[in-house]
Amino acid sequence: MLKTKNLLGLRELEKDDINLILDTAESFKEILKRDIKKVPTLRGKPIVNLFFEPSTRTRTSFELAGKYLSADVVNFSKSASSVAKGETLKDTAITIQSMGVELVVIRHPMPGAPHYLAQNLAIPVINAGDGAHEHPTQALLDIFTIREKKGRIKGLKVAIIGDILHSRVARSNIWGLTKLGAEVVVAGPSTLLPPKIETLGVKAYTDIEKAVKDADVVNVLRIQLERQKKGLFPSLREYAMYFGINSRRLNQAKPDVLIMHPGPMNRGIEISSEVAESPNSTINEQVTNGVAVRMAVLYLLSGGGKIDEKGY
Amino acid sequence: MKKVIKGGKVVDPSRGICGIMDVYICNGIVKAVDKNIEVEDAEIINAYGKIVTPGLIDMHVHLREPGFEAKEDIESGSRAAAAGGYTSVACMPNTNPVIDNKTVVRFIKDRAREVHKVNIYAIGAITKGLKGEELAEMADMRAAGAVAFSDDGKPVMNSGLMRRALEYAAMFDVPIISHSEDTNLSADGVINEGRVSAVLGLKGIPAAAEEVMVARDVILSEMTGSRLHIAHVSTKRSVEIIRRAKERGVKVTAEAAPHHFTLTEDSVMSFDTNTKVNPPLRSAEDVEAVKQGLKDGTIDAIATDHAPHTYEDKDTEYDNAAFGISGIETAVPLVITYLINTGVLTLSQAVEKLTINPAKILGINKGSLKPGSDADITIIDLDAKTVVDVNKFESRGKNSPFNRWKLKGSPFMTIVGGRVVWQKEGC
Repeated sequence: MLKTKNLLGLRELEKDDINLILDTAESFKEILKRDIKKVPTLRGKPIVNLFFEPSTRTRTSFELAGKYLSADVVNFSKSASSVAKGETLKDTAITIQSMGVELVVIRHPMPGAPHYLAQNLAIPVINAGDGAHEHPTQALLDIFTIREKKGRIKGLKVAIIGDILHSRVARSNIWGLTKLGAEVVVAGPSTLLPPKIETLGVKAYTDIEKAVKDADVVNVLRIQLERQKKGLFPSLREYAMYFGINSRRLNQAKPDVLIMHPGPMNRGIEISSEVAESPNSTINEQVTNGVAVRMAVLYLLSGGGKIDEKGY
Repeated sequence: MKKVIKGGKVVDPSRGICGIMDVYICNGIVKAVDKNIEVEDAEIINAYGKIVTPGLIDMHVHLREPGFEAKEDIESGSRAAAAGGYTSVACMPNTNPVIDNKTVVRFIKDRAREVHKVNIYAIGAITKGLKGEELAEMADMRAAGAVAFSDDGKPVMNSGLMRRALEYAAMFDVPIISHSEDTNLSADGVINEGRVSAVLGLKGIPAAAEEVMVARDVILSEMTGSRLHIAHVSTKRSVEIIRRAKERGVKVTAEAAPHHFTLTEDSVMSFDTNTKVNPPLRSAEDVEAVKQGLKDGTIDAIATDHAPHTYEDKDTEYDNAAFGISGIETAVPLVITYLINTGVLTLSQAVEKLTINPAKILGINKGSLKPGSDADITIIDLDAKTVVDVNKFESRGKNSPFNRWKLKGSPFMTIVGGRVVWQKEGC
């Protein structure tokens, strides 16, 4: 059983809970290889995906994870701005809870929105990304993938490259990986590194080659094109030249370095196609693992314990 | 109509008085402050064990009327002020309509007269509609009774316009109150830029957003020779800039708000929207510097920046929540607990920053118990045990990050023009 009622972030999640989720995901991954990808574990369990931000991958991943477990998954999409004009987030969520929903997955552009919801709801809340704060299931699937490929987390060097300032993926990865004993470094242009990021227990670099030197894992973040318009860097061309991950820069890393990307990729900008498609790339497997990890999270937060080999 | 406040420790920094004395009030005027005053037929107010000070003055409040009466109005704001121990407040012009012409100044004064609780002074806008584009009719507003000018809540980003505002206001010898914030640096930030913004991913407001504007306005004040007052100083470098300016003889004064000398950015970690305030709660180092600035006199006044909001304004996502703290009813215990009892300020220094200093800055004939003054008096119990309970606030704004805090000290009685306008329950 998990100690936590909600999954709001990896900063507050205990190490034991992280390991339980990862172990459970391992069992669920097996289901994804079956012809009939469905077990009755969460039959009759209504789950809502409450998405206030456009998302295809994460929403689909949660939806499939729920369906593979036989839960009834409903999607609710709304733009945060329309909520500002009308019904509040709290009222929306309480309404949904009153319909009998037993678990809420929320994606919201504002940090802390899932915490606010958790304070106001009796049912478990899963954070599927809140602004630049946390994206715990993405980090869990990243960590799951690393553990699967490398057999361990402790002692590995993980470099996270790109727009750290606006990245919930970076923050969740930092908390999760450092709790499990990895060394984490972050790198990007100085304007995209948050001030005082070192206080999270990482080293920060603006020189990408230094950051990736001897790395076991390089996790490349998506650069959002609108950041350039806000004056955070001069051009995509310059970004690709100085901060993009290509095979030349990767020569600094360990030969068996894992290449990760949370997607969707901007090929030729933060990552070259050559790197994205190299044998060291785990980008597609991350997506598969994402479903397994989300199955584990949905199952455990619904009150499930350790599972048998059938998956229920 | 005679009253004698007996046996209290009178603290009146305007005259350097600090000792056990009685205060004799007749027809709303202080007649005498002396030992063992006996007056026939006078009502006796027992102040043994308490301190008796000139009525407290809060030079920075938002009363929200006209326009935002769901948050506060002049009636509820006056009751809140009295319950906080304040006898005079100066209200900021970010109302609707904005206090940017004499009609609205008169409206505020009329409402204050109707409510008849505490003295209310209007601060007029620097620019029409707080838009930062054209000067508001300052001479007219001054004639109607405005005591200072400010676009509080918004900075005057146009430096040329700020220069003209300082020059123009100097004709009436009233201060321009600067809400120092470079909005290009603060952008759409919601908390201090630092460790907590790095962790929470909330957009940061760097200390520099305040500091560059403090520096700019100090330079403009120096250039024009006009009086400048810096509102809600919150950072170490701001304190330093003001300290150096004062050494050079620049006509600059400054205030600090209780939340900026008691809370750090760490309070935001819970995503409690009651910690959302502008300028934001800063680092521990900044809090220390603000206290140091209060101690050495760089910061002249304590002002609450009382900013009441409705429950709905705060019961939302952090980014969507309104900025501001309902602070007028917690200021006295916070000053006692965090400044006096910790030795940052002596009792006299603290009272000075709550009475005569803001009176001098605003140019109002208040803040003193010298015979002949209006009998605006606050009696304070330094030893009372206070547990903050927002549900007992007189203010409509229950938005306080101090709810349920255990503090030392509390106002005991508030007297305006010889009239008891508030006294502590059970007394």
